[in-house]
Amino acid sequence: MKLLVRGGRVVDPSQDLDGPFEVLIEDGHIAQVAERVKGIRGAQVYDATDLVVSPGWIDMHVHLREPGQEYKETVRTGMLAAAAGGFTSIACMPNTKPVIDNRSVTEHVASEAKKDPHARVYPIGAVSKGQKGEELAEIGDMVSGGIVAITDDGLPVRNAELMRRALLYAQHFGIPVIQHAQDLDLSRDGVMHEGEWSTRLGLPGIPGSAEDVMVARDLILTEDTGGRYHVAHLSTGRALDMVRGAKARGLAVTCEVTPHHLLLTDKAVADTGFSTQTKMNPPLRTESDREALINGLADGSIDAIASDHAPHHSDEKNLEFSLAPFGIIGLETNMSLCLEKLVRPGLISLSRLVELFSTGPARILNLPGGTLLEGTPADLTLFSLKRSVTVRAAKFQSKASNTPFEGWRLRGRPMATILGGRIVGTPPTA
Amino acid sequence: MTSDPWTRKDLLGIAELSTKEIELVLDTAESFREVSERPIKKVPTLRGKTVVNLFFEPSTRTRSSFEIAEKRLSADGLNFSSSGSAISKGETLLDTALNLQAMAPHLIVVRHSHPGVPHMLAERLEAGVINAGDGAHEHPTQALLDAFTIRQHKGRIEGLKISIIGDIEKSRVVRSNIHLLSKMGAEVTLAGPRTMMPAAVEKMGVSVAYDLDEAISGADVIMMLRVQLERHSRMAFPSAKEYFNLFGLTRDRLKKAKRDVIIMHPGPMNRGVEIASDVADGRDSVILEQVFNGVAVRMAVLYLLSGASQGEA
Amino acid sequence: MPGELKPKKTVLNPLQMRRIVRRMAGELVERNGGADDLILIGIRTRGVPLAERLGEELKVLEGREVPIGTLDITLYRDDLSTIAPQPVLKETTLPGPIDDQLLVLCDDVLYTGRTVRAALNELLDYGRPRAVQLAVLVDRGGRELPIEANFIGKTVTAELGELVEVRFESTDGEDRVMMMEVDDSDD
Repeated sequence: MKLLVRGGRVVDPSQDLDGPFEVLIEDGHIAQVAERVKGIRGAQVYDATDLVVSPGWIDMHVHLREPGQEYKETVRTGMLAAAAGGFTSIACMPNTKPVIDNRSVTEHVASEAKKDPHARVYPIGAVSKGQKGEELAEIGDMVSGGIVAITDDGLPVRNAELMRRALLYAQHFGIPVIQHAQDLDLSRDGVMHEGEWSTRLGLPGIPGSAEDVMVARDLILTEDTGGRYHVAHLSTGRALDMVRGAKARGLAVTCEVTPHHLLLTDKAVADTGFSTQTKMNPPLRTESDREALINGLADGSIDAIASDHAPHHSDEKNLEFSLAPFGIIGLETNMSLCLEKLVRPGLISLSRLVELFSTGPARILNLPGGTLLEGTPADLTLFSLKRSVTVRAAKFQSKASNTPFEGWRLRGRPMATILGGRIVGTPPTA
Repeated sequence: MTSDPWTRKDLLGIAELSTKEIELVLDTAESFREVSERPIKKVPTLRGKTVVNLFFEPSTRTRSSFEIAEKRLSADGLNFSSSGSAISKGETLLDTALNLQAMAPHLIVVRHSHPGVPHMLAERLEAGVINAGDGAHEHPTQALLDAFTIRQHKGRIEGLKISIIGDIEKSRVVRSNIHLLSKMGAEVTLAGPRTMMPAAVEKMGVSVAYDLDEAISGADVIMMLRVQLERHSRMAFPSAKEYFNLFGLTRDRLKKAKRDVIIMHPGPMNRGVEIASDVADGRDSVILEQVFNGVAVRMAVLYLLSGASQGEA
Repeated sequence: MPGELKPKKTVLNPLQMRRIVRRMAGELVERNGGADDLILIGIRTRGVPLAERLGEELKVLEGREVPIGTLDITLYRDDLSTIAPQPVLKETTLPGPIDDQLLVLCDDVLYTGRTVRAALNELLDYGRPRAVQLAVLVDRGGRELPIEANFIGKTVTAELGELVEVRFESTDGEDRVMMMEVDDSDD
């Protein structure tokens, strides 16, 4: 089975490519990437004129809600949402019911994804049994079941000794420990960033220090253990500075940021009149934090952009701000948001954006994708820089519609994904 | 007196009001204060209008003030109260609101412990919504009656030095007061323990002091806030005794204020914690007048909003 | 301009108006056997200057200061449900308790009678006067309620679309009663 993708602009940061190349796919793998490929007889042709052709995008932080909360999202609907958003791979979080803390739940999630696959789903396992923060989960067994990292995301690994053990133990399997950095005592009953706007609105705040003290602690533990540590949804300038410093000292530290932390600030809570679509954890921070994160994208301190796609039922978000659950979805908006708000104004290059969504996450999680290197699985994302889309959550593949970006008009959108050499299908038109 | 009419459907906070709107409420309240001094304290103005008092949080003081105001305007007041979150009873806030809407009230006075609730209701209901306190966010009628009381004694608000002292972070009235007094040109100083001062509060255009004498010195108006120390989990202050020593307003400490200073308190007071009894009951205290003025101010708010909301019928 | 009021004719010039007010004051004194326990209450807005002028004339006639009060009837209007936003309130100030007193309500124009009805309701919420009399500068007919004045300056016939406008020197710079009409020209 041969597939020739021609006419597009190929951007592959892993090989430093950006130009009018052709990609030949054979038997589900990349066979050739060249200005003019050879041996195209018998190949199906995909006309990628006016499109960008890149390694398949990877979202390394997605909540799929299965098992246990399928009313919010399932593996299947999450996968469809990923494909609609231009993603060929997603990594899913273990805070389900039951928690993904053993091999059989891991295998359940992985096998659900393999029925009629629209994207690759890589489960992430829990650090502790039941995410209770007490004992290590059966990490080795879960690795056999296919996990690519461990985290207690949703919650921090609160106990320093447990984090130390996790950083040591994970090294047996070559997987990173992902931390949701939040000191629960400092964050108390906070529902938004503690600062000028929480003061004006009279809402209890989550101070930036709640994230920073935990990152500081964990970096010391990482240094002592030699482990691999990844900060999930990093949101403060100060935590970013610490990560930058750790990298400079040679520690195996990586981090991701979400598009909403790059685009919105705590003032959005006031501007939207307490809309619960501005409530997430970590919360939207200050303008200076936001600017620091954008600088971190450009200077390489940040390794990946990930959505922290957190679907909730509309009844759940239709509550008083203080009571609504944290989180917004992102799979079906994030490509367009990043193209419109980061690449178009020239804050980062297109190649850098692709890197943040492909090479970066692939390296962190040790995935085979994120590249168009010959011989690798043929996962590609094709997108348009010119076509516009208006965000309409009602049309999403996701079961959920909790997004603050409803109605935003964005230029740049996914057009198709190719998974293992097979065209997955075009996302719905705007 | 201004002659621009009131056009807002709801009164959700002071932050969005213009100085003209604030003055209109205060001027209108003057007329209603006069009504409260008559032998028959009733006018037929809101006759036949239904006002729902939706109090999700108990509050004897604010609720009875609104109730009296409604009765004096001849309105039909309905009281709905539920303690704690409606969720615990299985009905969401939105369902409660929709049920109310079906009864077609003209105005809804709502008090809730969560910020943003009046806004949620105002967006979804045709009735005018009056915020009677949404957590630590706004309590507009309290700020208005405080301003009315100040204006009565000092003739103006502009240029006055006003100190607000106590648990600033948790206070339900302080933000509304800051907005109103700043808009009207007063110099506002907040004072209290560092552990009770919210983040970045100077960005609201106020000065901050952590010392009681500094806050009292030269003040024209001193507003004391209730301090709740029972909730020890907050770890904000070790004991009532320590608080009183550092921040309690006593006759002695008052010597540093201006001679004609007035002392205010939104109530209910913790005698011997934030304020000494002889100050609370002394000649500088206008605390009881605040309560009296509260009815007039709330009558004014009900009157003005009843016109704006019916315009959409 | 279309839709605006334009003057049609002068009903009373300054001299005529002053003579009429003087005559009304005289009638007041004659009817009540003096001005001893009388209180003049001006209905806002232009009943107030009328009450003040009658007060001045009574001072000349009887040599005493008659107490004057002002009444704002906004809260008692019967049409509040149909107008929005709410009209701006002005103050009501009575010079003292009204129980057992003789009150003379003063207004510039008597038309439908609804303003006087509201004024009566309001006064009765203050107490129980011995009697209430009504003095109006102009009676233009068109009653919608069974209300009549005791002391009338001038009776005129005005049609729909015509407005009787009373001006006082203290409030408007001159004493004059004008008949105005709505300009229905197609400019």
